[in-house]
Amino acid sequence: MSVTEAPKIITARASFDDSHTMERFLATGGNDGLKKALAMTPAAVQAEVDTASLLGRGGAGFPAGRKWSMLRKADVSYLVINGDESEPATFKDHLLVERDAHQLVEGVTIAAYALQVNQAFIFLRGEFALGLERVQEAINDAYKAGALGANIFNSGFSLDIVVHPGAGAYICGEETALLEALEGKRGYPRIKPPFFPAAIGLYGEPTVVNNVETMSNLPWIMLNGGAAFAALGAGRSTGTRLFALSGHVRNPGVYELEMVKHTFRDLIFSAELGGGVPNGDVKAIIPGGVSAPWFYPEQLDVPLGQDEVAEQGSMLGSGSIVVMDTTTCMVRAAWRITKFFSRESCGQCTPCREGSGWLERVLWRLENGQGRIEDVDLLLDLCDNIAPGLSWPPQQTTICVLGPSIPSSIHSAISRFRDEFLAHITQGACPYA
Amino acid sequence: MSYFTESRQARAEQLIAVYPEARSALIPLCHLVQEQDGYLSEDGMVEVAKLCGITPAEVRGTASFYDMLHTEPVGKYLVGVCTNIACLLAGGLELLEHAEGSLGIRAGATTQDGLFTLEETECLADCDIAPCVQVNHRYVRTTTPEAFDGLVAELREGGRASEIPSHGTLVRTRRDLALAVNPDDIAKERAEHRAATENAS
Ligand SMILES: Cc1cc2nc3c(=O)[nH]c(=O)nc-3n(C[C@H](O)[C@H](O)[C@H](O)COP(=O)(O)O)c2cc1C
Ligand code: SF4
Ligand code: FES
Repeated sequence: MSVTEAPKIITARASFDDSHTMERFLATGGNDGLKKALAMTPAAVQAEVDTASLLGRGGAGFPAGRKWSMLRKADVSYLVINGDESEPATFKDHLLVERDAHQLVEGVTIAAYALQVNQAFIFLRGEFALGLERVQEAINDAYKAGALGANIFNSGFSLDIVVHPGAGAYICGEETALLEALEGKRGYPRIKPPFFPAAIGLYGEPTVVNNVETMSNLPWIMLNGGAAFAALGAGRSTGTRLFALSGHVRNPGVYELEMVKHTFRDLIFSAELGGGVPNGDVKAIIPGGVSAPWFYPEQLDVPLGQDEVAEQGSMLGSGSIVVMDTTTCMVRAAWRITKFFSRESCGQCTPCREGSGWLERVLWRLENGQGRIEDVDLLLDLCDNIAPGLSWPPQQTTICVLGPSIPSSIHSAISRFRDEFLAHITQGACPYA
Repeated sequence: MSYFTESRQARAEQLIAVYPEARSALIPLCHLVQEQDGYLSEDGMVEVAKLCGITPAEVRGTASFYDMLHTEPVGKYLVGVCTNIACLLAGGLELLEHAEGSLGIRAGATTQDGLFTLEETECLADCDIAPCVQVNHRYVRTTTPEAFDGLVAELREGGRASEIPSHGTLVRTRRDLALAVNPDDIAKERAEHRAATENAS
C-alpha cells in the first residue's frame, strides 16, 4: 500500500509555519485563482466547478455546482459558509481556518463571483477563538489588497465578507439552524420544505450554504481547471479530501488524500499516515462522524470514496474516521456518543429530545452493571421509534437528521457486539473496567 | 453613561452595522458583554436588546440556548475538558476526573476564588491531540494529568497571559473596515442589470 502522488490541493501551504500570513499566501500563488475567475464570466466559473464534480465536504456530499445552479434569482441573495465543525471527531476545518484562512477567503470570493452574490458570511464555531482571529485577519488583508470590497481587482464585482461567531451548539451545523443562529435566534432547524436555502434562506432570501473545505478547493480548481480536479479520484468522488483520523492509531491527524485511491486500511496502517494500531487490532471504525453506522475489520479494504462507503451501508460524511481497538468497551463508546446527541438535541422534536435522553440513561445503567436483560431490546425498540426500520439512510421522523442519526452507533454496537452488552448485565459490571 | 467602554461601544456599533438586520449581531454582542463583564450580565443583556431593537427577554431566551453564553458569573478561566468519542478513547473521562480533583470542584462548578470554572465539553475539533483541553477557548494541548496540573499552577500565578486572554471569544478579533458595498446600491444594480439582459434577449 502506498500513498498516491496526487497534489496537495488545500493543504500545500499549511506545511509552512507562516501559512497563515498574507506574505506566504501571496508567495505561493495566493489570489491567482481569483484573478483567473474574475477574467471569466460567472457562468464559466460555475461550469468549471461543475466539471470538477466538487462534492460538498460538510457531510451530505451534495455537488457544489448543482447547489449553485439552484439558487433562486432575486435582487439580494447570500452566500453562507459553514464552519461550525462540531461533529464529534471532525477537525479538518479547524486546520483550514487556522492555517490557511486566506485560501478560504479567496475560495469564498470565487464562489460569490460565480453566484453574483455581494454579501457572504463565514460562520465559525465560537470555540475557534484563534480561527476567528485568523479568518478576520485574512479578510482585513484581502480588503487592503483590493481582493475584497468594492470593485475587486477592477473587475466591477464587489463583495463584503463578515465573520460570524457561534456560541456553542452542535446543531448550528445543520444549515437551516445555522441560518437561524445568523439571524440572532436560537439554533432551531427549520421545518422542510423548502429543502434547500437556495429558495428561502437567510432573511428569507435565496442563500447558498457551503462548507469551509468545499470553498477551500476553489482557488486550485480555478487555477488548474475543473478537468484536472475531476481527473483525481474516481467515479463521483473527485479531487482530494481531508480525512481526520483519530482514536486508537499511532499518528492521529488530518491527511489530504486523493479520493477513492486509498482504503481505510491504507489510512490507518500506512507508515506515512496513521501508522497502525498500537494495542491489539481494529475492533470497529466510525467511518464518517458519529452519525454514521460503524464499520468492522472486514470493511478495512473499502475505498475512501463517497459512493464506495455508501454501498457498504454507511457514509463518508464529514471525512472523520475514529479507530476503536480491541480494548474498547462498545457499550461505553455507544453511551458517550448518545450522551452527545442527548446534550445537543435542540428539543423541537419529541423522538429526538426524549429518545436521546432515554437511550443515554439505559446505556449508562448498562455500562455501570445495573442493566436488565430486556434493556438490549429496549434500546433497539427506542431506536426504532426514532428511525423506523433502522434502515440506512434512516427514515426521517423529525425536523432535521440529528434525531435519526442517534440510532447509528447503538444499532451498530448491538448488532455486532450483543454479547458484550449481555456481559455487562451478567457480570454486573463493565468487563473492560 | 453608556454600558460598554468606549472602544467596545465602537465595536458594538460596527457589529450592528455589518449585518442587514440588527438582530444578527445578538450573539457577537453577547460575546462582547462576556468580554467586558466576565459573563452575560443582566445589564449587558439589556444593552444588547437595545442595540438589536428587541426585548431583554428575547436576548435571554436566545442566549440560554447556547453553551458558551453564561448568564451566571463564571471563573476567570473557563477550563473545558472534552470527553467525546476520540477523547474518551484517549482517557478524557479520567482526565476530567483528575481535573475535578485538582481544582476541588465538580464539572460545571467554579472555584471559590473565582479563578476556574470547569466544564465537560463535547468535541472541540482538536481530536488528534487527545484528550483535548481548552482554556478560554484556546487550545492548550495538555493531555496528561501532570501537564494539566502544571498549567493550572501557571495560571494561578498569572502566567500565560498573552497566550490565554479573557474568555470573550472575540477579544482579539478586529474588523478593520466597514462594509464596502452599500446593500441599496446592490439591489439597484441588479435591477438595472436584469432589465438590460431582458432587453437584449
Ligand atoms: C446535525 C447536523 C450537523 C451538521 N454539522 C455540519 C458542520 O459542522 N459543518 C458543515 O459544513 N456541515 C454540517 N452539516 C451539513 C450542513 O447541513 C450542510 O449540508 C453543509 O454545510 C453544506 O455544505 P457542503 O454542500 O459544502 O457540504 C450538518 C448537518 C446536520 C444535519
Ligand atoms: S431532530 Fe432533534 S436536533 Fe433536529 S430539529 Fe428535531 S429535536 Fe432538533
Ligand atoms: S472528541 Fe474531543 S476534541 Fe474531538
